[in-house]
Amino acid sequence: MIPAPFDYVRAGSAEEAISLVNEHGEDAKLLAGGHSLLPLMKLRLAQPSVLIDIGRIPDLSYIRDGGEHIAIGALTRHMDVEKSAMLAEHVPLLAHAASYVGDAQVRHRGTIGGSIAHADPASDLPATTLALGATYVVQGPGGVREIAAKDFYVGFLESALAPDEMLIEIKVPKMAGAGWNFQKFNRRAQDWAIVGVAAWRNGTSAGVGLVNMGSTPILAAQVAEAIAAGASVEDAAELAVADAEPQADLNASVEYRTHLAKTLVRRALTASTK
Amino acid sequence: MQISVTVNGTTHESDVEPRTLLVHYVRENLGLTGTNVGCDTSSCGACTLHLNGEAVKSCTILAVQADGQDVATIESLAVDGVLHPMQQAFMENHGLQCGYCTPGMVMASIGLLNENPDPTESEVRYGLEGNLCRCTGYHNIVKSVLAAAATANAGAQS
Ligand SMILES: Cc1cc2nc3c(=O)[nH]c(=O)nc-3n(C[C@H](O)[C@H](O)[C@H](O)COP(=O)(O)OP(=O)(O)OC[C@H]3O[C@@H](n4cnc5c(N)ncnc54)[C@H](O)[C@@H]3O)c2cc1C
Ligand code: FES
Ligand code: FES
Repeated sequence: MIPAPFDYVRAGSAEEAISLVNEHGEDAKLLAGGHSLLPLMKLRLAQPSVLIDIGRIPDLSYIRDGGEHIAIGALTRHMDVEKSAMLAEHVPLLAHAASYVGDAQVRHRGTIGGSIAHADPASDLPATTLALGATYVVQGPGGVREIAAKDFYVGFLESALAPDEMLIEIKVPKMAGAGWNFQKFNRRAQDWAIVGVAAWRNGTSAGVGLVNMGSTPILAAQVAEAIAAGASVEDAAELAVADAEPQADLNASVEYRTHLAKTLVRRALTASTK
Repeated sequence: MQISVTVNGTTHESDVEPRTLLVHYVRENLGLTGTNVGCDTSSCGACTLHLNGEAVKSCTILAVQADGQDVATIESLAVDGVLHPMQQAFMENHGLQCGYCTPGMVMASIGLLNENPDPTESEVRYGLEGNLCRCTGYHNIVKSVLAAAATANAGAQS
């Protein structure tokens, strides 16, 4: 399978990428690692007429200590997130979740920014950064703005990014010693999650994100509220689907997904409770 | 589009359509057919080669993305008919049957040992989760990689 023909241009900076998007209009798409976009293009599910390669922008791949948070450049590859000593110390849940993305070859190419911008409910890092209360930094023609992860995912593969905006950084609060756990339920090693759960807990504070439990990545806010109100893990986990809208597909019915979500949230919160 | 890619130590100047996949570029433009296409959907790992020293799936990379970069394929391994230690280990441990997955398996395995020279068995299985084999049942592949690591580590110590 070969994608339909397109023109290819390379951007040297975020500013250049944004002005190229404006120049080429609606049919242009940014290309980061290409590990979501190229498979879609091979299936003709996406047919951009221009690809703007941002993969070589030199200064958007980094992991830095920002004091209260860790700042991650949008072009940082999954493998670099997985192996980062700074993340292992301050945001271990994210480094661990990255190790579950696809396989080693995929993690050598795919980027955290591409994963979040793609807004796939079945992806691991959108739900994980949601659980962690991350903030996404985006750049447009008029400058830079910040979007809270919880306001970012608006529909299936649809985000709050304007067509001429680019995600440039992910700010993830430090976990300050919180307990955490990541559950990914699938049938074969490299598969996407049938259901996944990213969770952390520090006393009565908690965060829970759900993978593949609706048309967007899901923040299980009511589970966290129940923990804050003093509920047991078992009772809180019963609320796992309260914020979700699970759908049926080849792998699972709605009932099965609902059961999995409750079970995995219970396991993840139990493991996160110190 | 004009690209310049170093493949197995030789720099090639080529004119490719932007939609040309890296795997087709090495197979069809350069005639290096050791790299196989299995699934064509980024799942099986048969097309694994090294881009700047790291294992990647070349069916999910555009040739233009490899412009100015360094590519190594299975053809780069044996020198003057002498197999690379990983190839030797696959041969000695029956790490292949039909051999279709083997170029990708070997390139992924070398990439794995570059990043983790002394893996446990479960680390080998995790490291190769992107490569499917229809024949061997994986046990002898894992054995081959562990044997190659042991040989390399023994060599490093002596
Ligand atoms: C075989 C396989 C298995 C996989 N398994 C998993 C898995 O288990 N879990 C998982 O989470 N993911 C999985 N993935 C997806 C992988 O994580 C992708 O790398 C990721 O979803 C997309 O990142 P990318 O850099 O490749 O983005 P691209 O494919 O380059 O881009 C994806 C989309 O985002 C846009 N985009 C990219 N970067 C930006 C940016 N900075 N700003 C604005 N828009 C941008 C692009 O225009 C495009 O629409 C898998 C992929 C493959 C091929
Ligand atoms: S052919 Fe590339 S992963 Fe199967
Ligand atoms: S040896 Fe036949 S597919 Fe692996």
